[in-house]
Amino acid sequence: MPMANIQGSLPAPRYTCGTVAPRTPLDAAAVRRDFPILRRDVRGRPLVYLDNAATTQKPQRVIDRLVRYYSDENANVHRGVHLLSAEATDACDAARERVRQFLNAADAREIVWVRGTTEAINLVAETWGRARVGAGDEIVVSEMEHHSNILPWQALCEEKGARLRVVPVTDTGELRLDACTELLGSRTRLVAVPHVSNALGTINPVEELVRLAHERSIPVLLDGAQAVAHMPVDLQAIGCDFYAFSAHKVFGPTGIGVLYARASLLDEMRPYQRGGGTIRSVSFEETLYADAPGRFEAGTPHIAGIVGLAAAIEYLTDLGIAQVAAYEQELLAAATAALSEVPGLRLIGTAPHKAGILSFAIDDIHPHDVGTILDRSGVAIRAGHHCCQPLMARFGVPATARASLACYNTREDVQALAAALRTVRTVFA
Amino acid sequence: MTTGLDDLYQEVILDHNRHPRNFRALEGAASGEAFNRMCGDRVTAYVRVDAGVIADVGFQGSGCAISRASASLMTEAVRAKTVADAAALIERLHQALLSPPGSTVDQLGTLAPLAGVRQFPIRIKCALLAWDALRAALAGQLTSR
Repeated sequence: MPMANIQGSLPAPRYTCGTVAPRTPLDAAAVRRDFPILRRDVRGRPLVYLDNAATTQKPQRVIDRLVRYYSDENANVHRGVHLLSAEATDACDAARERVRQFLNAADAREIVWVRGTTEAINLVAETWGRARVGAGDEIVVSEMEHHSNILPWQALCEEKGARLRVVPVTDTGELRLDACTELLGSRTRLVAVPHVSNALGTINPVEELVRLAHERSIPVLLDGAQAVAHMPVDLQAIGCDFYAFSAHKVFGPTGIGVLYARASLLDEMRPYQRGGGTIRSVSFEETLYADAPGRFEAGTPHIAGIVGLAAAIEYLTDLGIAQVAAYEQELLAAATAALSEVPGLRLIGTAPHKAGILSFAIDDIHPHDVGTILDRSGVAIRAGHHCCQPLMARFGVPATARASLACYNTREDVQALAAALRTVRTVFA
Repeated sequence: MTTGLDDLYQEVILDHNRHPRNFRALEGAASGEAFNRMCGDRVTAYVRVDAGVIADVGFQGSGCAISRASASLMTEAVRAKTVADAAALIERLHQALLSPPGSTVDQLGTLAPLAGVRQFPIRIKCALLAWDALRAALAGQLTSR
């Protein structure tokens, strides 16, 4: 593939962090061989998996890691003097350091294990939010928010008598930075927005947003669920205060995720849940809680998930995240072109800087019907509101069909999608 | 056409989707709402009952071809039925659509095309949405009798 093409399709520098020009292009055919599920058939046709924004598939390396953990290594962390427990503890510590490197966080203590992005945001709302947000204060979110980055703040605002403010998006699906600037005021306690929109694919200008907020001493939380598998993320360059992602959207297991929080913020936050692992000392009169991150990790963690996530990150790092980003940009361009040629198809979310997410409508055919017909062709997409009902309302649709790419998708997948979409129209002709 | 889709998107279904019958709200009539948590689709059913008989029926809402066609077929099927007969039909349809694909579906009459959803388990809820709304609308009528 021509280098000029790759360079040209990379997002503008201000939208990315730490991107370097790829050395060698990604070999998608080789990547596919790493994912056993991609060999299976669906209704007698090869699986075309384009629901990666919902969850990504798992490479053999991650699957093997989970099996190895349970076959050879299983033990609880922290509390054992025996070898297996020490090894499990070391593996979790190493995984934390692996995540730190992956995100380029300053300190591994800023990495907190959670169940996923949703729990990470709830943790921040329940601890930092409840201590820091009061009556008359404001929390700024955006119109493109996943429900998971609305509901915890909405509930907090109701409890505290605070106000939820919403940054509108443009018709192409970009954050209105001018409106955002106007919303930021002396009562703003937090800006919470997605790094990448799960329903539109928009890559938000997070460094600019952080700069705008920090000029006013307002912390920023980024929902990174749709970013980490698809582009380099450098938290020190972005400068945000909280960042959240789920392992299962970056080729890792379900049930485990990461909250990054700036150490100075973690130090002032109370425990989220209380229990084993969170304490320094306990008596019936008083409990002293541990420092971060232990203070936020009550109970036995999802150890298999943690080591599985580390394996997933190692896998992605070996592929080269810059190579993955460049390849997906090229594939997104091909997919956008292919879908634009499907009669009656309208893309929802056409920002110039996008990740590989294509939301669309065809004529007035309901996305569920589109999804069912595609499924019969072996093409897996998502149809629905994508947990973004306010955004659907903004675009005047009840739902959309959404195809979302990952590094193992190919131009053949894109062609299969386009062909199946033509079938949709013939059914409803 | 791809396997199975013929059974789902039968001509009757497509016709009722394109031209839904009784697609209107009835002012002052009893109404009930049903909501599909999975997709956010919502249907409101309206019934006007006169001396225990459904005198008028309509529906509103947004949904897929299946839910819309099913709602439209429903309005035709229950008009002029007694409330008790309509309630029995709702139960019969639920039982039929939740039965395994291929098993015989007795006494569905004009609703028989809906049985195609049995091959598409995820879509059964779409076909039953309007009927759940009707059941809610009739609930008030049944208890007030």
